[in-house]
Amino acid sequence: MKKLLIYFMFFACFTNCNQEKINFGEYTPVPVSLEIPTLFSDKLIEPLIPINNPLTEEGIALGKKLFFDKILSGDGTQSCATCHNPEKAFTVNTQFSDGIDGNFGTRNSMPLFNLAWNFDERFTWDGKEITIEHQAFEPVINPIEMHNNWVIVAQKLQNHPEYPTLFKNAFGTSTIDSTLVTKAIAQFERILISGNSKFDKFQRGETTLTPQEQNGFNVFMDEDRGDCFHCHGSDNNPLWTDNKFHNNGLDAVFSDLGLGAITGDPNDNGKFKSPSIRNLAFTAPYMHDGRFSTLEEVINHYSEGLQNSSTIDPLMKKVNDGGVQLTTQDKADLKAFLLSLSDNDFISNPNFRE
Amino acid sequence: MKKIISLVFLILISFISCDEKECCVNLEPAQVTLDFTHNWNETSVNASDFSAFKFTNENGEEVSIENLRYLLSKIKLTDTNNQEIVLKDYQLINIGEETGLQLITENIPTGNYNLSFTFGFSDADNQDGIYQDLNTANFNVPGMLGGGYHYMQFDGKYLDTANMEAPFNYHAIRAVDRSDPNNLILEDTSFLVDLGNVEISNDMNIEIKMNISEWFKNPNTWNLNELNTVLMPNFAAQKLISANGESVFSLGEITSN
Ligand code: HEC
Ligand code: HEC
Repeated sequence: MKKLLIYFMFFACFTNCNQEKINFGEYTPVPVSLEIPTLFSDKLIEPLIPINNPLTEEGIALGKKLFFDKILSGDGTQSCATCHNPEKAFTVNTQFSDGIDGNFGTRNSMPLFNLAWNFDERFTWDGKEITIEHQAFEPVINPIEMHNNWVIVAQKLQNHPEYPTLFKNAFGTSTIDSTLVTKAIAQFERILISGNSKFDKFQRGETTLTPQEQNGFNVFMDEDRGDCFHCHGSDNNPLWTDNKFHNNGLDAVFSDLGLGAITGDPNDNGKFKSPSIRNLAFTAPYMHDGRFSTLEEVINHYSEGLQNSSTIDPLMKKVNDGGVQLTTQDKADLKAFLLSLSDNDFISNPNFRE
Repeated sequence: MKKIISLVFLILISFISCDEKECCVNLEPAQVTLDFTHNWNETSVNASDFSAFKFTNENGEEVSIENLRYLLSKIKLTDTNNQEIVLKDYQLINIGEETGLQLITENIPTGNYNLSFTFGFSDADNQDGIYQDLNTANFNVPGMLGGGYHYMQFDGKYLDTANMEAPFNYHAIRAVDRSDPNNLILEDTSFLVDLGNVEISNDMNIEIKMNISEWFKNPNTWNLNELNTVLMPNFAAQKLISANGESVFSLGEITSN
């Protein structure tokens, strides 16, 4: 008997070392671990899941429902998905997004994928939102987006026939507030993983590249040609972005200060977050203000369209010649390579659809 | 009874094992903190000095630093019996983001040691894609240049002969001659930095200084008008960089606390 007790203690103290289980008394949400593509787990450090918002089946399902629900907007006409459409890798193809009052912002919507690997956790083009949870507060109240008020949103959800139970199942309380809403949405956003493009398949040895795509990749990687890899990742960084802020030479004079407006440091003026070059087939137009509607325009920009300014990144090394001066062939091949990073499985994944 | 005692003992151990272990070899082991500091000919340089034409190199060009990160590997203490304590396999130091500027190691037995490290990765360690944190930090070298990792990315601007701002990308990697792309000729240009003796008698901070101006100075006076960008595929430039690097690091202040 004594022995049993001791064994029990022994066991208890071992389990002590582990993380606490989520337990809300009557109902225990089912923990979910991210389905991480092998290339990601081989090449990258573990994605960021905050300890105070672990992924659960119930949390993700609730987050998904909220993401697609127009109940979050002031007049019931917009959901997150209005500007973040799953068929477009969770962005939209208009240059600026039209808020509920018809006011257009000055920023192009952003695609949403692989967000859990943004280790600095600075979101939006200028990095003003820290953490995915915190970012989700903003569109709901932004006057040029959903133009609502969190007290009203919480009340509407509270009075809804289904939501109180769903919150209870996900978080153990049916008292709904903005914190729980954003936690649920963030859980859904974290499972949006894109890692199955043609190039990924090529890296896994499942397919081959065309000679054009192969040369395009070489242009991308070659310091003497495109030299894109210093900011946009590589075969060893399957995020295909550094998630850092740079001025890539779009303007000589800035109408939008970008990161500089957030940090207050003039040395940050004109800097924006490097986007991933995954899924470009679906995410036109390009850049923070959607100024380029085609990849040809983007490539021409880097090749001969650079605008000098005091904060331009030194990696825009041929700025005094206008750009890296790619040949017509290299430009076409670079485009073919860029498109090989588009992931059809991601945009057609039924788990990510309403 | 004996069984129970041993079980109780086991339980105790398992409780303790949840915590950080205090080691037991030396009675009063020391905590050693390496502080990586940076200067331009003894004028201290940190992130707030970036993006300004504050510095003049040996060749007379005015220089602004925009990004400077570098990798040290096999940072180690070697005792008088040639026993090595590796403080860290590798450390990425990023001055602009102020990360990696300190390396703290607990439980160093007191004694007399030699402090050394390798700038960059030596070939044995410089294997393509194997370090997840460095991949995540985008520190890789393209496969077409032999793969592996950068030793250093030092980006900035200088004023050229026409007094125009022009960029430089002073990137150090393993030297590569790619005249024949199918048969790269590689040469390990990482180098050992031996900082000499340190006496570890109690908890202490050891400063490791990088004089950034030395990259442009000694033994090769660097002319940024000639060598500024696309240095990665430039075999000769990598050899020059490596040679200049040898005088960049020195032992700074040692303070016990
Ligand atoms: C009216 C259009 C619109 C709506 C509605 C909208 N967004 Fe956005 N979203 C944008 C725009 C535009 C940006 C870029 C904002 C910026 O840079 O200032 C953005 C940026 C983001 C980002 C940053 C992505 C990154 O990689 O940094 C996230 C995450 C996001 N939105 C999530 C949401 C969520 C969640 C909702 C619903 C609660 C939502 N958005 C509703 C237009 C919209
Ligand atoms: C100095 C870092 C840097 C380098 C080098 C660089 N880019 Fe970019 N790239 C950025 C930044 C930052 C943006 C976003 C700029 C903005 O919107 O203001 C961007 C935007 C893009 C976009 C638009 C993506 C979107 O979703 O809007 C594409 C495509 C792109 N870059 C491709 C390339 C290619 C191809 C190269 C090489 C020829 C390259 N980049 C080199 C930093 C860089």
